[in-house]
Formats: sequence, C-alpha cells, structure tokens
Amino acid sequence: MTVTPASSGEHEAQGPASGKGKLELRNVNKGYGEAWERQEVLTHMSLTIAPGDLTAVIGPSGCGKSTLVDLIAGFERPDSGEILLNGEPVTGPAHDRMVVFQETALLPWLTAYQNVAFGPKLRGDLKGEALDAEINRLLDKVGLAEFKDKYPIQLSGGMQRRAELARAMINNPLIMIMDEPFRGLDAMTRELMQEFFLKLFEETRRTNLFVTSELDEAIFLADRLIVLSNRPTSVRETIEIGLPRPREFHMLSSPEAFKYKRQAMEVLHEEAMRGFTRSGDQQAFLDAYRKGDEAQSDG
Amino acid sequence: MATTAPNVYNQRTVVRRTRWQKFLANKKLWRGVTAILCTLVLWEIGSRWDEWFGFRLPFIGFIPPPSDVMVAWLEVLPKIGYWQSWYLSFKRVLAGFLSAMLLGIPFGLALAVNRYFRDIFFPPFEVLRPIPPLAWVPASLIFWPTNEMSIAFVTFLGAFFTIVINVLGGARSIDISYLRAAQSMGATQLDMFWRIVLPGTLPSIFTGAAVGMGITWEVVLAAEMISGGGTQAGGGLGFFIWNSYMGGSLEQIVVGMISIGIAGYLSSSAIRYLGTVCMPWRRLF
Ligand SMILES: Nc1ncnc2c1ncn2[C@@H]1O[C@H](COP(=O)(O)OP(=O)(O)O)[C@@H](O)[C@H]1O
Ligand SMILES: [Mg+2]
Repeated sequence: MTVTPASSGEHEAQGPASGKGKLELRNVNKGYGEAWERQEVLTHMSLTIAPGDLTAVIGPSGCGKSTLVDLIAGFERPDSGEILLNGEPVTGPAHDRMVVFQETALLPWLTAYQNVAFGPKLRGDLKGEALDAEINRLLDKVGLAEFKDKYPIQLSGGMQRRAELARAMINNPLIMIMDEPFRGLDAMTRELMQEFFLKLFEETRRTNLFVTSELDEAIFLADRLIVLSNRPTSVRETIEIGLPRPREFHMLSSPEAFKYKRQAMEVLHEEAMRGFTRSGDQQAFLDAYRKGDEAQSDG
Repeated sequence: MATTAPNVYNQRTVVRRTRWQKFLANKKLWRGVTAILCTLVLWEIGSRWDEWFGFRLPFIGFIPPPSDVMVAWLEVLPKIGYWQSWYLSFKRVLAGFLSAMLLGIPFGLALAVNRYFRDIFFPPFEVLRPIPPLAWVPASLIFWPTNEMSIAFVTFLGAFFTIVINVLGGARSIDISYLRAAQSMGATQLDMFWRIVLPGTLPSIFTGAAVGMGITWEVVLAAEMISGGGTQAGGGLGFFIWNSYMGGSLEQIVVGMISIGIAGYLSSSAIRYLGTVCMPWRRLF
C-alpha cells in the first residue's frame, strides 16, 4: 500500500479544493543507455503546473513526452533534478498521480465496472455500498452506465477512453496525466472526446497535464501550452491560452486562437527543421548552410 | 385471409429455441458432418476399387474400407479389454499432463518474474528442451524402476517444456502499462502477480495446455508401443494398435487409430471448454 503524504485528498474528494495538485519540475535531466550509446532525452527541464490548470505539452514525435510522463508518474527516476508535487518530492508511483496511457491500459479480463473498482479495492479505502455508488456515479458520468458489465474488447475506442477516465478519477488524484489520450481515435470520435473531456475538466478543474502532438487539440483544451524543443529536450516556449471558458469549438477559428496557433507553429517548425538538418540528411544540411552563407554575404 | 393478416403482425413473440434446436440449426455442425460423410464415402470407394476394377489404388487401396472397420469396431466395443486400453491411455495422459501443468506453470511464471531465477534456470532448460521426448525413453527405462513410471516421466517431459515456454512468453509479453497502471493505483508486488501477471498469462497457459495435450498423446502412444508389451506396464491404445499389428488385423489397427483421434479430440475439446469458462473475456473475440 503506497500512501504518500502528498495524497491528502484521497477520501471522497467532494470538496472543490481537493484533487488539485501543484507540480514542479526543477532542472530535471533524463537519458537512456550507457557510455557511447547514451542518449540524453530531457535536459534542464523546468516547469510548473499550476493547481486547477490544464497544461498542455506539445512537441515533435520522439522528443521525450512519454519520458516526461514516466518521470512525473514515478515509473522512472530522473538522473538529476527534482520533481515536486505540492512541495513533496516524487519518489515512485502512487495514486495521487493518475496516468491515462497512450494506448488503452484497461485490464482486458475485467469488465468496465471491475476496472473502475480496481484501484479502490486494492487499497481498500472505499468499500461496499459506498464504492458501488461511486463506481456507478462515475460510469454514469462518462456515459457508460449501460455498458458497465462489458469487457474492454466490447467497447468502442471512445468508450474505452471514457472508461479509463472513470478508472483514473475514482482514485481522486491530485493531478491527472494524459499521454496523447485521443491518438488513434477517428476524427469524429476524437472531437467528441475532446468536447466531453473538456466539460469534465471544467466541472472539476482537477490539475491536468495533457500531452499531445495535435496543436488544435492543445489550444482548444489548455490554459497554458508548453512547447518542447527537439532532443535533448527542454521547454522551448510557454504560451498562455486566454480563450474564455467554457470553451466551444468555434473559438478555434477566432483571431486570438489563430495567433496562438501561429506562435506555436513557428517554434515547432523551427524545432522540426533543426531536428531534420541534424538527423543525418547531410545534403539538406549543407544546402541550408550554404544558403545561410549566401544570405550573409548578400546582406 | 384478410382477417388473419393483422394477427400475424401482432404475434411478434420471439420463438425461444431450445439448445437442441439451436445445435441442429448450426451450419457449422452440418458442414462438419457433411465433410466426414464425404471422406467416408471416398474412402469406401477408394479401398473397394480393387474388387470393382481389378487393380489397386496406391495407399488407399491397402486400407480396409470403413464398413469393414465398423464391423471390427462393433466386435471390440463390448470387450472389456478395449475400454481398458482407453482407460490406461487416458490415465497416463492425464498423469503426465497434470504433473506438467502443476510444475510447468509455476516454473514458467518464476522464470518470467524473477531475473535471478531466469539467469540460473533458463540456460539448462534451453539445452534440455530440444531433446525430443522419445529420445528420453531408453534413458528413463533405465533410470526409473518400473515401465509405468518411465512412461509417465516421458509423457510429463513432452508437455512440460511446451507449457513452460508458453507461460514464460505469455507472462513476458504482458503490456507494461497494465503493470504501471496497477502500480499507480497502489498495487504491491504480490498484487501485481495475482491480479495482472496471472490473468494476463492465462491465454498463454491455455495455448500451452492445448499444444502440450497433443504432445502428451503422441508420447503416450509411442511409449506404449515401445514398452507396452512388457510384463509390468501393458495395455493402452498404443499397445492395442501394436497388438493388432502383431495379430495381423488391419481393421483393428484402423479402429485403434480412429480411437486415438477421438480421444485426442475429446481432450482438446475439454481444454477449449475450460478456456472459455476461465476466460469469459476471450469468448468475445
Ligand atoms: N526505456 C527506454 N530505453 C531507452 N530509450 C528510451 C526508453 N524510453 C524512451 N526512450 C527514448 O527516448 C526518446 C523519447 O521517447 P518518448 O518519450 O516515447 O517520446 P514521445 O512520447 O515524445 O514520442 C526516444 O528516442 C526513445 O527511443
Ligand atoms: Mg509518446
């Protein structure tokens, strides 16, 4: 039983103040491999996730977003630096931080109901009728009341994602970490899920770290957008998203949203170019280099 | 007519069919039955060719026709010795199979979850695994005091390696995010073993069991043929075939062979049935 001091809000977080964690990363470094095979993934990563905010993290594929998630969730340890949740250092996985994984991690041998019951039953912190009522409430909330006795394989992609949300929420984490949760869903389902998730978030305003590689998704959902650089990865830019809440899809076509989008795109494009020229395509690199020279001598 | 027509629409009660009716309405069943009947007819024609046209078809012309086999079968059916063969073979298969499961599943799981255990026991296991079970027969005849025990041992080996490899592979390929999710929710090492690793390995356990069961039958029959005629351990369907061969009864050989086919089918059906009972989420595939 892992009961960390940070998990103060574990029993029925009905009060609006509970379930809001503040997360800080201070100069975190993480790499994989030994000696000459060593690859630095994250360097000098510092960021703060404010309580009650939805912070989106966006970055090129393979830049280390999932590595960041693993560190915060406590599945991996940083090589150096500090990760603090409400001021307490993170030392390992615990139910004050819940991850919704990139691919579904519902247990295939349990029904939706049993999957949601898994965490509380393990810890024994919610039992009997109270547990049953809470599971039913959450399944109802995510629109799966009728499907509670179905196995994950019988649920559609969107339903699986919602069941997973319910499974995470019942543990009352201080922070929810979502690693590209809607990747792989078809466009229609994806939009519906974004809307649904947004409503859920705006209701509870539980601190949320939302990793994505879709810019529109990030701007639509987030209070703050963190753009990561190429590997070795650090925070490249932080953009405050000032769109009003509750959010609506049409806000994405407002000039304001467009401004954020362009700002982020510029950074992302620069990073992509940098990664491209460095990633072994020598000719492209030399061409770019020569062009730069010419531009300088011209000017 | 006009008066009855509305009634037809009103009577939209769903007709509940009995299990038996459902069974008979199953297209799969009828395809299977047709296939077996066709095979029997072709076989009958093929092996009676000689009597009809004066020259023999290769292979099939030498096998007794199914009608003769049926007659031979009806002859042995009431005899206690035939059923004794069934009983003895089944007993050996079950003994070897169950002991292989009993030892193989924990051993495979231990290999999967403990690195030190794997480092120590996997190399010798991998050296012993490629040795075919029948290559163990002479050595085990020498080592074990009775024939019966050496048959049991060889049978056990046949299933053991397959089961261990399947369990190990299955447990190692469990999605790491299942383990991580459980860890986040507060699972201890023991919780993770019982609640994630074990159910996650169940499909591979049943695959291993199904393959292992097949190997067990092969090994038992071969072992019975090799050693079954001895004084200590006799009988079994393998010996039944051998005995028929010695007695020169071609029909009885085929009776023995088909009996083995049926026995194997019954065993694998039992495993499949157990699989659907133990893994309800798999029935939905
Ligand atoms: N356990 C690991 N061992 C070695 N390298 C890893 C491991 N996990 C991730 N990496 C490397 O770290 C980099 C970042 O991976 P990841 O965090 O999954 O990126 P993203 O989620 O942004 O696509 C990749 O190049 C990957 O090869
Ligand atoms: Mg990733």
